[in-house]
Amino acid sequence: MHESRDRYPEYDVLAKWSGPSWNDKTREVIARRLSIAPEPRYFTREEYETVVAIANRIVPQPRDRPPVPIAALVDRKLDDLIMDGFRRPGVPRDADAWRLGLKALNAEASAAYGQRFAALPEGLQDKMLRAAEHGELKAAEWGELRCKDFFKHRMGRDIVLAYYAHPTAWSEIGWGGPASPRGYVRLDLDERDPWEAAETKDGHDAAARRSNRRVR
Amino acid sequence: MMLQRVGAIAVSDDPLHVPRACDGRAPDVFRPGGWVQMRQYRENEPVDFAIVGTGAGGGTLACKLAEYGFSIVAFDAGPYFRPLEDFASDESEQTKLYWTDDRIVDGANPLQLGSNNSGKAVGGSTVHFAMVSLRFRPEWFKSRTMLGYGADWPLDWREMWDYYTEVEQALKISGPVTYPWGPPRPRYPYRAHPLNGAARALAKGCEALGIKWTETPLATLSAPRGLAHPCVYRGFCVTGCSTNAKQSALVTWIPRAIAAGAEIRDLAMVGRIEVEPSGLVSGVHYHRDGAWRFQRARNVVVAGYAIETPRLLLNSATPRFPDGLANSSGLVGKNLMAQSNQAVWGRLEHEVRSYKGPPSLAITEHWNYEDKGKDFFGGYSYMSQGPLPQLWANTLFSARGLWGDRLVEAMKDYNHVVGLKIVGEMLPQESNRVTLADEVDQYGLRIPRVTYSWCDNDKRLIDHSLKFMRRALEAVDATDTWIQDDDTCHLNGTARMGSDAHTSVVDVDCRSWDIPNLWICDGSVFPTVGGANPSLTIQAIACRTADRIRALARQGSMRRANILSMQRG
Repeated sequence: MHESRDRYPEYDVLAKWSGPSWNDKTREVIARRLSIAPEPRYFTREEYETVVAIANRIVPQPRDRPPVPIAALVDRKLDDLIMDGFRRPGVPRDADAWRLGLKALNAEASAAYGQRFAALPEGLQDKMLRAAEHGELKAAEWGELRCKDFFKHRMGRDIVLAYYAHPTAWSEIGWGGPASPRGYVRLDLDERDPWEAAETKDGHDAAARRSNRRVR
Repeated sequence: MMLQRVGAIAVSDDPLHVPRACDGRAPDVFRPGGWVQMRQYRENEPVDFAIVGTGAGGGTLACKLAEYGFSIVAFDAGPYFRPLEDFASDESEQTKLYWTDDRIVDGANPLQLGSNNSGKAVGGSTVHFAMVSLRFRPEWFKSRTMLGYGADWPLDWREMWDYYTEVEQALKISGPVTYPWGPPRPRYPYRAHPLNGAARALAKGCEALGIKWTETPLATLSAPRGLAHPCVYRGFCVTGCSTNAKQSALVTWIPRAIAAGAEIRDLAMVGRIEVEPSGLVSGVHYHRDGAWRFQRARNVVVAGYAIETPRLLLNSATPRFPDGLANSSGLVGKNLMAQSNQAVWGRLEHEVRSYKGPPSLAITEHWNYEDKGKDFFGGYSYMSQGPLPQLWANTLFSARGLWGDRLVEAMKDYNHVVGLKIVGEMLPQESNRVTLADEVDQYGLRIPRVTYSWCDNDKRLIDHSLKFMRRALEAVDATDTWIQDDDTCHLNGTARMGSDAHTSVVDVDCRSWDIPNLWICDGSVFPTVGGANPSLTIQAIACRTADRIRALARQGSMRRANILSMQRG
């Protein structure tokens, strides 16, 4: 398990919530996102459990902080009919493609291991996901959906986008976050505004920690 | 404590679902909750021009024609936003700017649509474009004759040079004092923006390899303009500018169009162009407020960009025009051209933090203007990059194949990432095309099928660019460099202009060869694309088209077909 947020100790992008980098519209949008409960609306319970398991492998999260509810974020996107707007011939639209892919993945899991995907140990889950990534899953349940496309263009894409839409992930990578109307002043290499995350240098994190505590 | 004037600001409307431009008024894009007066036209009295689409082509043309005294109704399928109150600093939320109606993609290299090549809003994709405002290399207008590939444009570059100047002035383009490539051009109206870390890396790389670079000419303000402040370098340019520094059609041409008497209809999807027994078009059928409606017009301009434009022409087929309108050449939908958008990425020991400022503050057009040392036709520019976290994470996942702990760890290097990305010329091929699928969308209209495959020349160009950019990154001590080879940007072609009715869809004035009161004015008319972002050229062509329409009206050559009212004023 990787360590959480060591690079930007104590940096919390949400500390800027009431400052000049966040406008009303952004607060409205992020407040809605932060209020999403970890339970399904679009997915069935069993589908949701599978998405949770997949998300844990695609974007593993540290255990020392509350997890980003990735599966719920994906679920809500599908429930709100927010779609990419393009697909390969024979492939259903986003929400239906998810349903089809999950069904196929569980069918593959029970054929190979006699268990649902979510019940497999992490090592076997990773093995199955790698097989999907490389186009090696060919059960009839996939229909015209290629497992490789599902992995790359639907499942993985939606999970990755969901995680990095969350302020917890923004803090983890030291991104400035929302920035309207204040924006930034110091732009060049190695320049940093006081309202940006400070990075730990050479293993000494005291200075970064002090600076990050003052971000507003 | 001051009370917030919440009551004074109308939060009454949802621009995604209820039209805003109604009842004699349109949103004031410069004031939260504000309105401006807007003239409205009756549906059963023909307007001079019904324009389908309000982006770089349609928005510009609506403005110019309205200022010349023509009566105009311009339709957009998307919402009418007020950026100051409607735009969040958030990648997910701002996907509301993209065209995400159902489309099928196939071919050997299926296009990714949505974010970087479509828009569904008043202002079209200029609401979220990267603002890169480049002139074409003069020879590209005669690429067949002078460079041996593609097709010649019927336009003369010297005439285009003047129209480029007009657009640069209209958008107050910020740019360098002297531009390193091509014939002389006037000074840019506003000064160049400062370099960010990513742009600095591009500049150093170019200098190390002995080629020129410059600050990118950008359509975002470097000084105040009217009610708009200068760019604050917040870095969300390609997800919509919430401060109005970006000079999109939404905040430039369209307010001018309305002031000159044009009407904009938002959330108005045009589904079919009506053809009279005479063979002329007589108006457009459009869907708004839950019902199909009809606007009469003496002329129709299609400006829906390179997918929706051919789709509308094909969906408007009649017994008289069974293959779609303006399609006697058989070329409607064909010669679709994306631009290659490959990148080399790496890591600098420096903190780059490329999320600050416009994503492409520095550029080199060296390989657009240098023909020696190439084993391919065409050219490319390359620019510095500033991907926001969602885009970057998905790039690492989908193009580099990272997931699990490797992805999470790589993302922690986000602030050290540096990248160079091309806008590369792809050659016109008739087999790259837009056709109609059998499935229908939410309006009951047949959806487009977009077929795309790279040709060998496209691949050689990409290969050349990737090798060169890798050297440029290594020259600034980037480590861990890797190639993203699957991206494209922009869409052009599908209704090319030309000087022969058998080999083109429209003439030099963007008038269809087959139907004299049907016009096409957007990136669809490009015979070739060059290695430069197309928006400035689309707008320049729209300005020229407006001038030509005014001249034709004065000559009476439009009255001949009894299709245009006497010009007022």
